[in-house]
This record gives sequence, structure tokens and C-alpha cells, in this order.
Amino acid sequence: MQLFPCPFCGPREESEFHYGGEAGNLRPDGSEVTAERWAGYLHMRDNPKGPTREIWVHLTCGEFFAMSRDSVNHKVSGSTALGEAERGA
Amino acid sequence: MSASRLTTGGSDIDRGRPLSFTFDGSRVEGFAGDTIASALLASGQAVVGRSFKYHRPRGIWGSGVEEPNALVDVESAAGRVPNARATTVQATDGIRVTSVNASPTAENDRNAVLDRFARFLPAAFYYKTFMWPDWHLFEPRIRAMAGLGIVDSDWKPRQVSDQVNHHCDVLVVGAGPAGLAAAASAAAAGHSVVLADDGAHPGGSLRHRVGEVDGVEGRAWVEATVARLKGAGQLMLSETAAFGLYDHNLVALNQRHADGRPDTLWRVRPRRIVLATGAIERPVPFANNDLPGILSADAALSYLRRHGVLVGREIVVATNNDSAYEPASALAAAGASVTVVDCRRAGDAQAKGGIRVLAGRTITAARGRNAVQGVLLDDGTTLGVDCVLVSGGWTPTVHLFSQAKGKLAWSDQLAAFIPGELIDGIGVAGAVAGTVSLSEALASGAAAPGDFGSSSAAPRGTGAEATLGVVSLWPNPKAKGRVWIDYQSDVTAKDVELAARENFVSVEHLKRYTTLGMATDQGKTSNLNGLALLADITGRGIAEVGTTTYRPPFTPVPFASLAGSRRASMHAPVRRLPLEANHRAAGAVFQEYGGWLRPAYYGGGEAGASIEDEARRARQSVALFDGSTLGKIEVVGPRAAEFVDFIYYNTMSTLKPGHCRYGFMLSENGVVFDDGVLVRLDEHRFIVSCSSSHVAAVHARLEEWRQDRFGREAVYIHNATAQYATLTVSGPNARQVVEALDLGAALDDASLPHMAIAAGRFAGDEVRIARVSFTGDRSYEISIRADRAEALWARMRQEGRAFDAVLLGLESLMILRAEKGYIVIGKDTDGTTMPHDLGVAGPRTKRAGEFVGKRSLFTEAGNSADRNQLVGLAVREGEAPLATGAHGVEKRDGRLRSIGFVTSSYQSPTLGRPVALALIERGAARHGETIDVQHLGVVRQATIVAPCAFDPEGRRLHA
Repeated sequence: MQLFPCPFCGPREESEFHYGGEAGNLRPDGSEVTAERWAGYLHMRDNPKGPTREIWVHLTCGEFFAMSRDSVNHKVSGSTALGEAERGA
Repeated sequence: MSASRLTTGGSDIDRGRPLSFTFDGSRVEGFAGDTIASALLASGQAVVGRSFKYHRPRGIWGSGVEEPNALVDVESAAGRVPNARATTVQATDGIRVTSVNASPTAENDRNAVLDRFARFLPAAFYYKTFMWPDWHLFEPRIRAMAGLGIVDSDWKPRQVSDQVNHHCDVLVVGAGPAGLAAAASAAAAGHSVVLADDGAHPGGSLRHRVGEVDGVEGRAWVEATVARLKGAGQLMLSETAAFGLYDHNLVALNQRHADGRPDTLWRVRPRRIVLATGAIERPVPFANNDLPGILSADAALSYLRRHGVLVGREIVVATNNDSAYEPASALAAAGASVTVVDCRRAGDAQAKGGIRVLAGRTITAARGRNAVQGVLLDDGTTLGVDCVLVSGGWTPTVHLFSQAKGKLAWSDQLAAFIPGELIDGIGVAGAVAGTVSLSEALASGAAAPGDFGSSSAAPRGTGAEATLGVVSLWPNPKAKGRVWIDYQSDVTAKDVELAARENFVSVEHLKRYTTLGMATDQGKTSNLNGLALLADITGRGIAEVGTTTYRPPFTPVPFASLAGSRRASMHAPVRRLPLEANHRAAGAVFQEYGGWLRPAYYGGGEAGASIEDEARRARQSVALFDGSTLGKIEVVGPRAAEFVDFIYYNTMSTLKPGHCRYGFMLSENGVVFDDGVLVRLDEHRFIVSCSSSHVAAVHARLEEWRQDRFGREAVYIHNATAQYATLTVSGPNARQVVEALDLGAALDDASLPHMAIAAGRFAGDEVRIARVSFTGDRSYEISIRADRAEALWARMRQEGRAFDAVLLGLESLMILRAEKGYIVIGKDTDGTTMPHDLGVAGPRTKRAGEFVGKRSLFTEAGNSADRNQLVGLAVREGEAPLATGAHGVEKRDGRLRSIGFVTSSYQSPTLGRPVALALIERGAARHGETIDVQHLGVVRQATIVAPCAFDPEGRRLHA
């Protein structure tokens, strides 16, 4: 059971969180977006081994945030509320 | 074997408090402080169980959690516990203990004959032999012959297991000398400490081995240290096994209670963990080394000093290390005749009066039937014995360290794996870390808390210090006879050799092929001998062969402990309506729908007839329905209109305040995610009314878009679903009933047309009246504070009486909506259904602005002409309803293929015929076509029609 740092509530157990996807997967707007670009947005993921930045939501407070962690050793290096600077884990 | 109780000695037992229990029906005497195992030994019980596969007689081998043989079912006032280790369960007066896998008793087991066929039953015999025609034909009988304890199928918890979440600075696992030193060091530094030990008493090896700490006799030092820790308010947990070590320093422990309470599960999250888990003695490989009367030398010493039990009179001790000499001397001093067979050339300088040492010798075989009677040495001599003690070296208990992903290192000096590179937040101390002497153990313990330890001097061993001097004594692949590697799983050296011959040379494959290291003991005594043998056979080093993966649990944990209160109705709690009691009083039969417990139908009569009656009467006059579960998510803020435009497939910003609009929400892949009515209360305030079972998901989605795209200041979202009850009046006479409620709102169609809302009051409380309909009849959804709903419901029922109002359960509502072709998302749609498949193509072609899922509607799949589209299906006159899930089929190129499926199907009491909805390929353009519909091999015909079968013009909405 991992501990994740919610930027609003502090460290909480992972069962209080849901994964929200890889960070930086920006949505392309408009009808002119190519099928490839749209498919990339919908389906293509890096699934990195090692350091990764992800979006999570803390279900108990409802806030989405970005978290940096390592997918191999599960070390969490920090989290930020959307649009804020990273804070330490 | 002639084990017996001595007249004196036994530090754990209280001879003033005798007790008795039964084992396989016979009476066993013991004392308070005995384990079941020590009492059985004291009573001379050699055979305590039968082996898993061959039904070999087996006796007690160890004295703790490592015990592979002495598994017993224990019945007490608290219930029946299967597969308990007799070595760890305290004996209590009056319990009934039975051996496992033996019938009628362990001593006289009728399946013992199986062992004579052992040579025909090697590893994987069952898999190979019973493959044809089908393993499942043979499985029940084979399972009945093998297996362990018996689960009480009538078991019910008398009490829920407690689960405790706990935080502390330092958790020390193991209360032996190293663990105590660690706990004392952390406590002295001012930190909060939890010290857990799986035994009944702290002290570890100091409870039965001689030692002296800081000039004090070992046991006295243990008592003093424990007293000091307790006095400082530190938490000591005995009979508590740390069985799992998880991410970020979470440790799970299972605590047993002597008073019959169910076990307690502890989840402890310390800042630092100290593993002082000790080491487990290994068996020595020789033929028939599984006979009763052959046991761990250390266990024999423990039984002698802690329980006053002498395990035999004529004893041979087989060893490859120094640690067996203390047991040998102690047993000799207690009156046994002891011969040490030491495989080491040098013999041993510690050999003192009373014991004979045969240096450079090994045992090649033991003989005896239900107990060991003699041993054959490698020089051909035989010795008559009634007990053989073995010490094949020590295996550090690295399980928790390995669970934490700690890497192991092979130590030639210790002939064992020990923790290699250390991990952040975890210290190791004592025998698990590879220490031998008491001084080393204490010093490593004091240092193990790291930054959480005190700088004051570590306790010192001041007496004689233990040495090990272990040499390799691994199983010999060429040895004659049956050399047992894994007692519990009945694996011999030959089975390992067979596995290697068949190329199962990875330890993980070896484990699965032979079951070595499986079952309840997980190979605590057997793993290292097994993989050393595999290494020898395959010409590799032991370190190269490696170990299997260590996984939780370290020791078996009752499911009741893991479940805690999460059982029965608490396992997945349902959500309940504020008016549940009123519905029950009205005879409602409840079912769970999407997590909510809701009335399925009323009246308690036959379900089908009740549902049909409700559906028919609802069309005749008026129906009352509790729709409180409908989502009510408020969207408020300066950019709320822009927000709902983005969220919905339909344009919503053009909606006038005081009005409602039906719409779809899509996923980004263009699939319909939810449908419902959006209410606009004023310029900047909307209410999203979503499907009952979808509220949490819709809310999360709204929050995600709000936070990710619009920002906190743009909109605010509040899920008010549970704060309001929504009570619906529907039917031709609905307006008369609502008027009688006297809500103070104008209800004429000019003031409150279909898809509009009005504000009213009931008994002083604000109510919101919405004219939206899921039945196809004129309907009023009245929302009121949930805590005031009861009076409104009562009043509605009272006023409804004059109109023969009927209460609608969810089942009849499903008929009404299906008659109208109204869909339920997820039932009448699937994971490919786009809005234009449901006949709502306008926004797709016309909407200019961006909305969720838009681009996906124009992909190749979205543009395809062959999409499954929503249709109605009509059957021939007089036929029964189609089966929900039945497939439309057609032949193409000589092959039958599915062209879609029936999603909803009911007998309509109002229409007097079945109605059905279906998703059918190109269905929208095929109205009037008759297709084949297949279900369970039966093919029927159905005609594609419009989804709406009742009042297609929608006149009744306004009637």
C-alpha cells in the first residue's frame, strides 16, 4: 500500500486515489485534428519504466493533481495541484 | 520415540495448573504454558499427522512457525481452526485437536498403504496420468485422499475481527535479543516503538539457550528489558506474526488472542522497520529423514528448557555445525544417552562429558515404521535410537526483507542467503542478518534503528559466545533411498532430480512442478536444501540458482482477519433510500440496482403479476415513484453555460432559465457515456440529472474537465444527489394529484409546460417541480430535502387514493420506458454506441463548438454505414417476448453472423404484446424488415420497427 501526497490533504493511502492518466497528454481541440493525432491523444501512452509523471485524483477531496514517481521502485518524488509548482513528497 | 515429561524444569509451564484436551479422541494431559505440540510430546505421541501425498506418518519437527508436519484442526468454544500449527497454539483445557489428512487417527491411517506405491507416484504423477480424458473426472477422489485440514462449512463469526491502523516511529519484528536491543535503542532515543513477536513470550533464543547480557542471565535481561519498554508506554504485541511487508513501509501483522477472540489484523506504518526475524534450523538429508522422532536439535532444546520435555532417551544428534552441541549437552545432562554424528572432520572441542562425538561421520539412513528406531552411518555401523536430532545449519528468515524487494547475498561462511544491500527505511539485526554470537546479535540490534536509535552503548554478551563453524551438508543426488526435502509437500530428492531431468531447472519451475516449498509452511525448512540439490544436479552455484520469490503471507492468516468487518452486508454496502422504511411498510420487495437498494415491485405477491399490474395501472390513472437516486449535480459559476456546452453532446447554453433539456454525455472516444436531463435554474446555475448508477462517475468526469480545462474559478460543482429526495407523480391524472398537494405553484400547461420547472413549497420547505417524463405520460418530479420527504410521500399517497394511484417499482418502470423506446445507458447501448446510432444525429452534423468526444464521431468507425443502431423489434402476434441478449443473425457467404442483439424485452400489459429494443446493424434504415433472432439455438423471426411502441406522437406527455 503506497502513500501518495495529495497537495491538499497530505500523505494518504493509495486506495484513496484513482489514476487519471499520464501527465502532459494535452487535448487537441477542433475538427481539423488528424486521425493520427487524435488516436495518439486517446490511446498512445509511453508507459515508462522508471521516472514518470502522472495525473491522479484524490477521491476523498476530489482534487486532481500531478504526481512524479518511479514506476520501478515506487518512490514518490512530489506532487502538484494542477497549475502549481511541485512540492516534495 | 519415548519422549516424556521430566519431573522438574520447564520455564514456560505452570505445573500448578494442569489441563487436558483430546487428540484424535484420546486424552492428553498438559500444563498451562504448554503448546499443543509440547503437550503431545510430553504424552509420548510420536505420530501427529499424515503426510500430504503418501500418508507417511509424521511427528513434530520444530517448535515454532516453521513446523511442517504437526498441522492440526483445533475445535474450541471459539469455533474450529483448520491447519493450525501445533507448535504455535497454546494448549487450553477442553479443546478438541484432530490430526489432518488422517483417518481415523494419525496413528492408524487407512490410506497409509499409499506409501507402498510411492515409487509409482513421483512428482507430477497426477498431471501426467490423469490428463486423459479429463483431469476433472479424477480430481474429486484425488483431492479427498490428499489435502490438509477440514474447513467448518457452517462457520459463522461470533465476533468481527478487529483491524487496527497504527503509526509509530519504529516497528521491530521479532523480540529475540537483537529485536529487544533494537527496541530498547529506539525507545531510549525517545521514539515510539512497536515490538511484535509471533511467540507467546518475548526472548527468542534467550528463552532456551544459555546467554548472559551485561552480566545478567539472559532470561532475566529479557524480562527487565520488556518491563522497561512497557513502563515507557511502548507497545508490545505477542503471538503477533508480521506476515506482509508492503510498499512505503506498511507492515501487516496478525495477532492471535488466547481468550478465544478472533484474530486482530494490524496495519502498522512505521517510519523505520527493524527486522529481527531470526533463523530457522534446517533438516539433515538422509534416507527416511521424515520418520517421527526425528526433529530439530534446537526444537528439542526448547522443549527441554521451556516445557520440561525430554524428547528421547537414546539420542543421536546429526549436525554440520556447532549449534547442536548445546542441545546435545543439555539432553545428556537431563538423563539421555547422546551420540553426536558430526560430519566435520575436526569433530568439536566443545564435546564434554556425557556425550559421545563421532567426527567425520554422517547418517545415511534411518529405520523404523511409525517412529525412528535406528540409524545407519556412512561407515556401515548402526545405532539403536529412539530419537534423532538434526541440525543442518541455519536459514535466516529473510522473507519480509525479500518482500520489501531486498536483494539477498549468498554467504559461504553461513551456508545461507542473508540480506544483501540494505533498503531505505529498513534495518536488519540478529540471526537474519547473519550474526552468530549473542554479542553480535545485540550490537546489530542496537544499531538497526539507524537514525532512530540511541547513541548509548549497546548491551553486551558477557558469557560464553556461540560459534557456528557450519560446513555444507546438502542432499546428495546419488543418495540411496528416499531422502525427504520437503516434509509438508512430500517432495524427495528423487523428485527434484526428476524435475531437473525433465528440464525444470528454474527454481520457480521446480517449485511448481514438484510443489517443493508450497503449502502452509511455504518451505521454511525445505527451500534451501531443495535449491542446493538443484544447484548440484545442474552444476551451478546455489547463488546462481537463487530463491523463489517470497510473497506474503509469511504465515497463514485467517480470512476472517483479513476481512474484518467487510463481510456480509458490509462487504459492498448498498446505498439506501431515505424512504426505505415507508416502501417496506408498503410491501416493497427490494433489489440492488447500480449500488442502490430500491423497490423492485410492491405488494409481495407473485413478481411477474405484480409488475404487470403496476405497469398497466400506471397508464390508466396515476402512479407514484421514488426517483431519489437520480443524479442531481449542480454546476454553478460564471462559465457554467460554456462548461455544460463542452460536457454535453447537445447545445445546452441556449436553454432558457426554468427549462430542462434531454441530452447525452459522450466519452472522448465518442461513445455515449450517460444521458439525462439538464435543468437550468438561472443564467449561471444548472443541475445535471444523470443516471442513478452513474452519479459518481459523472461527477468525477465533470470535476476532471473543470479542473483540467476550465479552472477552479470558472465553475463550481456540487453533487447534491443525496440531499434531495425526488418523488414522481406520473400518469393521465398526475396533474390532479399534484394540484391536491397544494404546492403553491401554477401547474397549468402555460405556466409549467413539459420540460419546464417550477418552484413550490410543501409544509414550509422549498420544492422543485420538474415536468420531465421517463414513462411517456405526463409526469411531475418533485424534489424536496431528503429529511422532509416522508411527509410529502405520505401526502402524495393520500391524495392519490382518489385516483387509484399505484406505487411503481423499478421493474414496472422499465416496462413503461421500454414501451416508449426510452433507453437505459449501458443496457440499450454498449461500448461502441455513438449518439447518431440512437437517432440523435443533429449536433454531430450541426454543432460548431468543441465538446467532449466530438472528433471521435468523425473517425472511420464513426462514419461507417454499418453501425449498430437502436431499433424496436416486433414479434408475430401471440408470440412470447424475445430473450434479452438474443442475437440478430444473417447468413453471409454461407456463414451465420451476428447483426446485433436484443437489449431490452418485455411483455407490455398495456399493448397486450411484447416490446423489444435492439441494436441492429444499419437498423435505422431497415424498419419493416424481418430478421432472424437466435437464442440458445432457437431461431425466431422479428420485424424491425421504430423504438417507440406506445404513443409515438407523444400526446400523453401533454394529456
